[in-house]
Amino acid sequence: MLAPADAIFTNLQGLEPGSLDAARRRGVWDGTSSLVRRGAEAIIKEVLDSGLRGRGGAGFPTGRKWSFMPKVPAPDRPHYLVVNADESEPGTCKDRDILRFDPHRLLEGILCASAAIGARTAFVYVRGEFYAEAQRLSRALDEAKSAGLLGRNAAGSGWDCEVVIHRGAGAYICGEETALLESLEGKKGQPRCKPPFPAEIGLYGCPTIINNVETLAVVPEILRRGSAWFAGIGKPRNTGTKLFCLSGHVNRPRNVEEEMGLPLRELIEKHAGGVRGGWDNLLAVIPGGSSVPLLPREVCETVSMDFDSLQAVGSGLGTAGVIVMDRSTDLIAAIARLSRFYMNESCGQCTPCREGTGWLWRTLCRMVEGRAEVAEIDTLLEVTKQIEGHTICALGDAAAWPVQGLIRHFRPLLVERIESYRRKAQAGA
Amino acid sequence: MPKLTIDGQAVDVPEGTSILQACEQLGVEIPRFCYHDKLSVAGSCRMCLVEVDKVPKPVASCAQPCAEGMVVRTDSPLVRHARHGVMELLLINHPLDCPICDQGGECDLQDQAVAYGSGQGRYLESKRAVPDKAFGPLIKTAMTRCIHCTRCIRFLEEIAGSPELGAFARGEHMEIDTYNGQPIRSELSGNLVDVCPVGALTSKPSAFTARSWEYRKTDSVDVLDAVGCAIRVDSRGNEVLRVLPRLHEDVNEIWINDRTRYACDGLRYGRLDTPYARQGDRLVPVSWTEALDLIAQRLPSVAPEQVGVLAGDLVDTETLFAVRTLMRTLGVPNLDCRQDGATYDVADRAHYIMNTTIAGIEHADAVLLIGTNPRHEATLVNARLNKRARRGGAFPVGIIGPAVDLGYPTIPLGTGPETLLALAEGRHPFADILRSAETPMLILGSGPLARPDGAAIHALARAVAESCDMIRPGWNGFNVLQRAASRVGGLDLGFVPEPGGLGTRGLVEAATQGTLAALYLVGADEVSFVPSRRTLIIYQGHHGDKGASLADVILPGAAYTEKSGTYVNTEGRVQKAERAVFPPGEAREDWAIVRALSDALGRPLPFDTLDALRAMMWREGPWDQGLGLCSPVPWTQASGYDARCVEGTRVHEPFTLPLPSFYQTDPISRASPTLARCVAEWEGARG
Repeated sequence: MLAPADAIFTNLQGLEPGSLDAARRRGVWDGTSSLVRRGAEAIIKEVLDSGLRGRGGAGFPTGRKWSFMPKVPAPDRPHYLVVNADESEPGTCKDRDILRFDPHRLLEGILCASAAIGARTAFVYVRGEFYAEAQRLSRALDEAKSAGLLGRNAAGSGWDCEVVIHRGAGAYICGEETALLESLEGKKGQPRCKPPFPAEIGLYGCPTIINNVETLAVVPEILRRGSAWFAGIGKPRNTGTKLFCLSGHVNRPRNVEEEMGLPLRELIEKHAGGVRGGWDNLLAVIPGGSSVPLLPREVCETVSMDFDSLQAVGSGLGTAGVIVMDRSTDLIAAIARLSRFYMNESCGQCTPCREGTGWLWRTLCRMVEGRAEVAEIDTLLEVTKQIEGHTICALGDAAAWPVQGLIRHFRPLLVERIESYRRKAQAGA
Repeated sequence: MPKLTIDGQAVDVPEGTSILQACEQLGVEIPRFCYHDKLSVAGSCRMCLVEVDKVPKPVASCAQPCAEGMVVRTDSPLVRHARHGVMELLLINHPLDCPICDQGGECDLQDQAVAYGSGQGRYLESKRAVPDKAFGPLIKTAMTRCIHCTRCIRFLEEIAGSPELGAFARGEHMEIDTYNGQPIRSELSGNLVDVCPVGALTSKPSAFTARSWEYRKTDSVDVLDAVGCAIRVDSRGNEVLRVLPRLHEDVNEIWINDRTRYACDGLRYGRLDTPYARQGDRLVPVSWTEALDLIAQRLPSVAPEQVGVLAGDLVDTETLFAVRTLMRTLGVPNLDCRQDGATYDVADRAHYIMNTTIAGIEHADAVLLIGTNPRHEATLVNARLNKRARRGGAFPVGIIGPAVDLGYPTIPLGTGPETLLALAEGRHPFADILRSAETPMLILGSGPLARPDGAAIHALARAVAESCDMIRPGWNGFNVLQRAASRVGGLDLGFVPEPGGLGTRGLVEAATQGTLAALYLVGADEVSFVPSRRTLIIYQGHHGDKGASLADVILPGAAYTEKSGTYVNTEGRVQKAERAVFPPGEAREDWAIVRALSDALGRPLPFDTLDALRAMMWREGPWDQGLGLCSPVPWTQASGYDARCVEGTRVHEPFTLPLPSFYQTDPISRASPTLARCVAEWEGARG
């Protein structure tokens, strides 16, 4: 359990205003100047030592990512910081609450990070549907600017940092970092081939770091309280606090900040009021946003909520969007719905994802009814393997994994559905 | 120089080489759809996946640069699984209409499906259907066949400099279409048919006419402009069905313009297939003997000064040589190969060719365009300029003359000779830009040269080249952009008036007034005048076009696909076109007609075969570099320009562009129904 004193997002429920004054009362913008003045190397080292891993889903160590930036910007190639606030992963709504309830925490994080990577301009790419959130962020930015916390000589630190807010147009794929850059440049949001990585050639061809909202929002607190404090929370390699989004068939769906590595069952029972109808009514949990494979109840009993533990059971922490499904759920229909989402959101450039996502959805739609052959389950699994790992970005994997999870853990359900359909058809005939 | 191992073979490659290119170097075949040598890398078809040691996923070999010590496998189970998977996914929504698809037999998808596809499909749902698009009269679409490789989008943007196509919508709903809903306007649009790896974009004019394996393929050279693009003429029976580009890195890379590609149906219409003679106000078919006799009766009785010869734009060098030799034998001083009326000084070869060469454009860092629209006059030269501009770095392109959209940024400097004069005298700021450039060049169009003061403009341009330091060791930035395939060859062989002889303007005037006894038009179709009844007009050529309509005697010749001929392009590159089909009816190869005429006139030429003619011609032509090549030509310092001449009344007269239409420039393209449709589609609308 996270001690209340260790919590970073103290206004996660939005009980207090998000204004600058209120934020200052919560400790935001406290001594920011001295944090920035420590210099790029010291900031990067602190973040590296804290063990902070990116909160956007892939869990790449943030300090390492920052260290890939050139130490000194070339005269004609400025560095950029891009904030990925295009939170669109089904089951995930943590960044949204940071944007609307605690935007100053993000802005302070932007300032610290921009100093660390030598970027004097930061772009915040806000999901198109987050209209009110973008407005709140924009209001906070105005406050910060007029208080001298951003802009020239931000917070009296001697560092100049301009922040630009840009709203997306509602494409899931634009949350993929390189598609986001394309979109920000005014082009169609399609992921770029890597290498070159954005730290080398990013926005407008310049070195760029792209970080998730939550990642940046915890950075000032790490600098203030020290990396040892952050690293002391959670488990080795999976340190710190994390926002979990609990949704689905729980009694009290909510966002909660907890330490990494907390058992899933404890998370659900302590913070979400337990599974609807009791723990025994649980069917499966998708632990990290729609893109990761689901976990059956037996696994949910024991698994811990961190990157490595979830990977060990064949799933992932992803964005920590925990989707709980009780026994009333038609799992096949649920996964089919996710497949439809990925089909709609595929950008269409890579063959496997463009063609394969539609194939998955159409086959699953038939399987919801049971109108299929048992052998097609294996075909379906093979198609997911033909998509997985064969595309430019991870959307192909994201489309494949939920289906793989379904087949891995609930094959008998699929077989039963198909056979009962056949029995009914024969009885009818 | 990274060193890597591919399938157990070690290979050294230059920095920045992709794995796919390294594989090609070793002869290891990598299937691909979106990758194209000349286009940027998309990395999206995922067909070229290979396995790299220590990388968990297969990587796209087209987009992955080679690194030191890489171990690559192109035939591992992982790779085979990936390729089979991608191929199956490509085929699930691709129609099985190969038997009625024009791409069948030369389709990348078909070929690779044989290698990587499985015998049976597992996809049980309905296939996707995509509405076809209206891309104009040249490109037929079957968008259901599209595999979204985006080569077409990248081609128009990167090579043609005309970003008209885009990918609309997402995922499986993605469709290729034009941004503005208008047909594709680019002069290079026909190349889309070549870059499309499947049958989504095919040639509309040749739809459903032939299968790829039925064509007889003949290597040739294009003559519809002076670039001399390498082409392949595809024929069946005695009919040319299509023209395709051949790879020539120094000239056209792998592209040709739409006139070159689609003019070939003009070879079927309006042909002169038998000799004609005028009786009253009508031309009646006659035999070769009658036609030649008619000339033999009239010509010998007149003084040689009373005879003139004009050569046209499509004439092969052999014919020019034969005619010129015959005229020298007869003592005729009035001959000209510049039917546009240009009279500039051609004593020095470097003064009328493109010295920088087309490939040399890529090394230029500043350009001055004088009275030319290279996009229409030499599309592939413009494509090189565009390629250079896209590469980045400073590349100012100044234009004197009408404003034209070339697809890359240009700077308007002025409209006429006065600006050129200011540059020559260093009074213009662009002169400083040219002087401070490392490799500046100028391109002088054929339009200004055809003006009555063309000679003065030519001298002025030479003065600009010299004063702006464009000619230095290892670099010659003075370029005349010729427009006619026959022009450089004609000038090389001295097909110009002898001292005291008449040039084009003089001959036309004399023929109008009747002071000329006979005018021999060798494929000259761009001169229009009303000849006097007293002048005998002999026309030799292949189309019943302008020249034939003036004629008293018509000698039917062969078009460029119907004879083996040599052409010298605007760079001075000597190239040979081979015969693909035979001339229609009674028409004959042109050199042979001239040879027969010399017999009829009792002054037989000293060669009986084409080879003998060529041997003589090569002894005379200034072509030490040999066939297919061009070499630097020594530059003679200009003697200065005649200020009185340039400062005359015409100095304020703006330059005009010589081509009223891109699609119809010569007898062949004027006879082409396809190009007529292009004109109706685009140029007609302009009024």
